[in-house]
Amino acid sequence: MYQYDELDQAFVDQRVAEFRDQTRRHLAGQLSEDEFRPLRLRNGLYIQRHAPMLRIAIPYGLLASRQLAKLADIARRYDRGFGHFTTRQNLQLNWPRLPDVPDILAELATVQMHAIQTSGNCVRNVTADHLAGIARDEIDDPRPYCEIIRQWATLHPEFTYLPRKFKIAVTGSPEDRAASEVHDIGLHLARDAQGDIGFTVLVGGGLGRAPVIGQVIRDFLPLADLLSYLEAILRVYNRHGRRDNLNKARIKVLVKSLGIARFREQVEAEWQLSRASAARLPAAEVERVRGFFRPQPYEALEDFDASAGREPAFQAWYRYNTRPHRVSGYRAVFVSLKAHGQNPGDMSCEQMEAVAALAERVSFGLIRATHNQNLLLADVRQSELYDVWLELERHQLAMPNIGTLTDMIACPGLDFCSLANAGTLGVAKQIQERFSDLDYLYDLGDIEIKMSGCMNACGHHHVGHIGILGVDKHGEEWYQITLGGSANGFTALGEVIGPSVPKNEVAATIERIVEAYRGLRAEGERFIDTFRRVGLTPFRESAYATHPAAA
Amino acid sequence: MRRILRRREIVTDDWIHLGEDAADGAALIVPLAELRKDPGRWWRWSGRLGVRLTPVDRVEELADELPRLDLVAVEFPTPVDGRGYSQGRLLRERLGFRGELRAVGAGVRQDQVFLLARCGFDAIELAAGEDADAARGALQRYDVAYQPGSPETAIRWARFFA
Repeated sequence: MYQYDELDQAFVDQRVAEFRDQTRRHLAGQLSEDEFRPLRLRNGLYIQRHAPMLRIAIPYGLLASRQLAKLADIARRYDRGFGHFTTRQNLQLNWPRLPDVPDILAELATVQMHAIQTSGNCVRNVTADHLAGIARDEIDDPRPYCEIIRQWATLHPEFTYLPRKFKIAVTGSPEDRAASEVHDIGLHLARDAQGDIGFTVLVGGGLGRAPVIGQVIRDFLPLADLLSYLEAILRVYNRHGRRDNLNKARIKVLVKSLGIARFREQVEAEWQLSRASAARLPAAEVERVRGFFRPQPYEALEDFDASAGREPAFQAWYRYNTRPHRVSGYRAVFVSLKAHGQNPGDMSCEQMEAVAALAERVSFGLIRATHNQNLLLADVRQSELYDVWLELERHQLAMPNIGTLTDMIACPGLDFCSLANAGTLGVAKQIQERFSDLDYLYDLGDIEIKMSGCMNACGHHHVGHIGILGVDKHGEEWYQITLGGSANGFTALGEVIGPSVPKNEVAATIERIVEAYRGLRAEGERFIDTFRRVGLTPFRESAYATHPAAA
Repeated sequence: MRRILRRREIVTDDWIHLGEDAADGAALIVPLAELRKDPGRWWRWSGRLGVRLTPVDRVEELADELPRLDLVAVEFPTPVDGRGYSQGRLLRERLGFRGELRAVGAGVRQDQVFLLARCGFDAIELAAGEDADAARGALQRYDVAYQPGSPETAIRWARFFA
């Protein structure tokens, strides 16, 4: 993974010193809450329902063992002993004390971590495919480009006060595992006719209040022009994006109001004027950064079926929680943060320490945070899978449900977030309880549930096969259900199935929906494919069949 | 007298904004809208002339007139309105403006000055109540950056922008 040099280290240290001074001035009454807010947000600090919330950056989801161990240490000493992994590959602490935050950031800096630009109207953490570098269908590893973009975007003097937040995702495989089409900019690695690396550039995607799928602004952008082209997009947005209405300030609104053709014209015109004098990425710098992401020193091993002859519980875990690896003899292992009875994405400090130690032993000391709120050990020898399973099982991290209905995404919701309209954690628990039978889950197959506690859509509900959105109805928590959303490969926004349902009816309604699927599906057909074939109507009829409260 | 930050020094401001008490021959900053309304009057002003831009003003429209201006003031109405950073870079880098580039307005605080300097602003007229000494110190909070610009820093961009 990328290692800081003295410049990177000096930068994060100076950033901590700056924030320490800003916090001191705020606590001394020299900076009002309104004045302090944009400064603390750009250091990942929200003021939440109960306490501040600190969102720590995990650039493109990659963590070293010592970093995960440090997160555990921080969670224990400064918080309540757990953290929450998010859909954008960050980690949130829900209970830090404001005066402690500069110290927390200083601790992070000792392991080359920070919370810079994880919130606020600026370029956020750049995300990537969690299978980067090991996927069999990969064109190129996206992470070096993520790191280059991370550095370029860090305290960019022109783009630190944008109209609204700005999210960039990079993928290197045809299958989009980073939801790049619902990002402000999605970059898809590609090769031109000469075989040179570049990007297909998408712009204007986003979830939130008015979800939009990104559109292609450029079919092929040569690698050397990456930063100058990003600057051109950001400059057009910074100058012309709306600042009068927070709900209309994302780049997607600007793209929509101009139309992609006119927006493209403006960006290309800006780019033509600036590219001569602008940043061109020298090959030497690309090589330097690529050098940090070379393939691991793999052993020459043969593939074999590690599950053969083992007990059914291990076989189920092997089938659901491990994935093929580019290199024979290895597999990628999901660390499930979706145990039933646990908040999706939550992890205790003991669990973090256990995984940090395990990764050190079996996966080159590296851990990845996934967009689906799990962790991944990317490079595990197949001969060690059984021991890895035992160790994960010991720490309740081996729930064999990856890709199934209970591997759901959920934002923290009303229990923690001051923006939320409704709780998500109670609903997640309700769903876990109703769908606790693993054989039933396996029969249902690949179904993604994504749940958000408000319109801001941190839980990506629009792109869940089943999306759940919490809404406030006269002070009560109700839930609107959408079907047919998807974010990988074939991005689609879900359709609202009908009237929202009360909290205690959510899991039962979902059960009626998936029962309808069981009745409708063709042999071997996934939920999403059945939905695409038959449409919303039969599901709607079933969902409300015995529902007295929905009027 | 108003004190401003010019490069790294705190100096007494030698410019007057239109509406302030301006004697004939004073160095005067006029809003762009005012300059457009009565160009005959302002271009004949007896002293040095500067123009003040709001965030919606297009800097490109000033291209032909820049050589006749000694100062361009860019307004930051709040600390979070970032349009002026683009205006500043365009004035310096695309339009080649060599005179004083000044940040003005209620949004010009000590926590903004490092970014402003890196976008080419060489003069900073702090919002009322801001501590000029603290702002001067804030110019040197970082000696490292990932992008080009002044004040001089140990720059990562040397690798990118060789």
